[in-house]
Amino acid sequence: MPTTETFYEVMRRQGITRRSFLKFCSLTATALGLGPAAADQLVQAMQTKPRLPVLWLHGLECTCCSESFIRSAHPLVKDVVLSMISLDYDDTIMAASGHQAEAILTEIRAKYKGNYILAVEGNAPLNQDGMSCFIAGRPFMEQLKEAAADCKAIISWGTCASWGCVQAAHPNPTQAVPIHKVIHDKPIIKVPGCPPIAEVMTAVVAYLLTFERIPELDRQGRPKMFYGQRIHDKCYRRPHFDAGQFVESWDDEGARRGYCLYKMGCKGPTTYNACSTVRWNDGVSFPIQSGHGCIGCSEDGFWDKGSFYDHVTETRVFGVELNADRVGLAAAGTVGAAVAAHAVASAVKRARKPGEFGDSAPGEGSGDQAKNQTGERS
Amino acid sequence: MSTAVPTVKRTAVYVYEAPLRAWHWISALSITILAVTGYLIGNPLPTLSGEASDHYLMGYIRFAHFAAAYVFAVGFIFRLYWAMVGNRWSHQLFTLPVWRRSFWSELWHEVRWYAFLEKEPRKYIGHNPLAHLFMVVIITVGGIVMIFTGFALYSEGAGLGSWQDRWFGWVIPFVGQSQDVRMWHHWGMWVIGIFVMLHVYTAIREDILSRQSLISTMVSGWRMFKDDRP
Repeated sequence: MPTTETFYEVMRRQGITRRSFLKFCSLTATALGLGPAAADQLVQAMQTKPRLPVLWLHGLECTCCSESFIRSAHPLVKDVVLSMISLDYDDTIMAASGHQAEAILTEIRAKYKGNYILAVEGNAPLNQDGMSCFIAGRPFMEQLKEAAADCKAIISWGTCASWGCVQAAHPNPTQAVPIHKVIHDKPIIKVPGCPPIAEVMTAVVAYLLTFERIPELDRQGRPKMFYGQRIHDKCYRRPHFDAGQFVESWDDEGARRGYCLYKMGCKGPTTYNACSTVRWNDGVSFPIQSGHGCIGCSEDGFWDKGSFYDHVTETRVFGVELNADRVGLAAAGTVGAAVAAHAVASAVKRARKPGEFGDSAPGEGSGDQAKNQTGERS
Repeated sequence: MSTAVPTVKRTAVYVYEAPLRAWHWISALSITILAVTGYLIGNPLPTLSGEASDHYLMGYIRFAHFAAAYVFAVGFIFRLYWAMVGNRWSHQLFTLPVWRRSFWSELWHEVRWYAFLEKEPRKYIGHNPLAHLFMVVIITVGGIVMIFTGFALYSEGAGLGSWQDRWFGWVIPFVGQSQDVRMWHHWGMWVIGIFVMLHVYTAIREDILSRQSLISTMVSGWRMFKDDRP
């Protein structure tokens, strides 16, 4: 029975040594920025607390979040987390199917009312009565609302669930909306990224289940410990940015020397994520390290913010894409020409009609104040 | 009728007090630095070679931008204060008498003057209505937009929990995301830059063609009228 076993018991049953277990606890405590003392807390919690059930729903999505999750760098991490959470429903990886699978949803909802975690990968389309995403013969929206009704908290996995991502990109034909736009009465933790970093996902789950509270979130509902800073703030190429050393074109000398990718449209300065610290695939690399700029995949609406390869991107105003610099230069040129023409016209008009146009009185300038004060003119 | 010429005949009026004139020129300087460095932050200079430790060009440009931004912001707050304690023309920058019929008719008259349809402009001790409108929209509203978006962007570097983040961090999700705030801040630079072109041109033109002084007024504070007709 998943309810009686503790995390530790599950882990031991899976052949994980106590040494590995302790290493995982200290690693996770460090990743969460909690300090050494918290590792003991983690150990204690995992040895004593029963597992909490998790329902993992899939809406409109590409499963890249799941793919990332099962590739957690430390092999132990995925074992531990997959064992830790009693993953009772995950239609992508569970063995059960059909009515048997759907029955689990109802069972968990009733049995753990108000006490299970709802993890949502993807989002719900609203157009055409939600026809664009059907699960078990019903719109995903219905499944989502039912599962959310009795949950403790929701994890919005990835940019789909957090912001909308590609299916919500302009013109968003299915009217896909992120989870927080349809579920308003439950705490939601956003873990954006396309996909999110595996270690970030496992750490969020570990925190949630160990401390039985939601990690500290920022203004937009993302865990501060992973989304508190931009890629740019911790980027190893940052010294080149401050120095003014940029890649000007692909494969130039700067690219070979690993200069800053700012001019190639790197979105590191506008993207909140942990890529530059945690990195990917066992800390091997991350996009900037492999020579390509960040595309800002964990940011709201990143598909619609102009080119991935421009720093000054197009702005969409009234359905038109405009570039501030091009419009600005053209406007400055036009205004400059207009000013010059106006100045010439003013000069010509004044020269033609002395004493009439903008010339208050012949022979009387601003220096004639004394005259003004004494001599009245009609 | 604070903007109209009083019926008492005067040929020179002390309009712009010394602190206000200082604010004007300090703001002019800081806006210039902000526009130039801001453009270079969006479109950095050609790359420098060698080691990163050899240079700090982008760092200096950003420092100049931030320093000038603080000067502009503090100046703006001072200007708000001066609107309260200064003379009767000092609050023009923050008030637009849109409810007055005379404001609109005088505005139209000023537009016609620029379109060469009027022989003579009217006299104003403070701003003429057209200038007044531009000042409020570009400097007051535009300045506030630039200060808010600017500090919001600065808060990204200052970090969560910094005062810039607590006061201005909300601007980022309010506008959309960080890249949107950057682009609108960048648009603001062009709007203010183009306003500066018009501002300088009209100041010179009006100094020559209108019935009152402008350029010397912004140095000495005294508005001189070239004639005594109303």
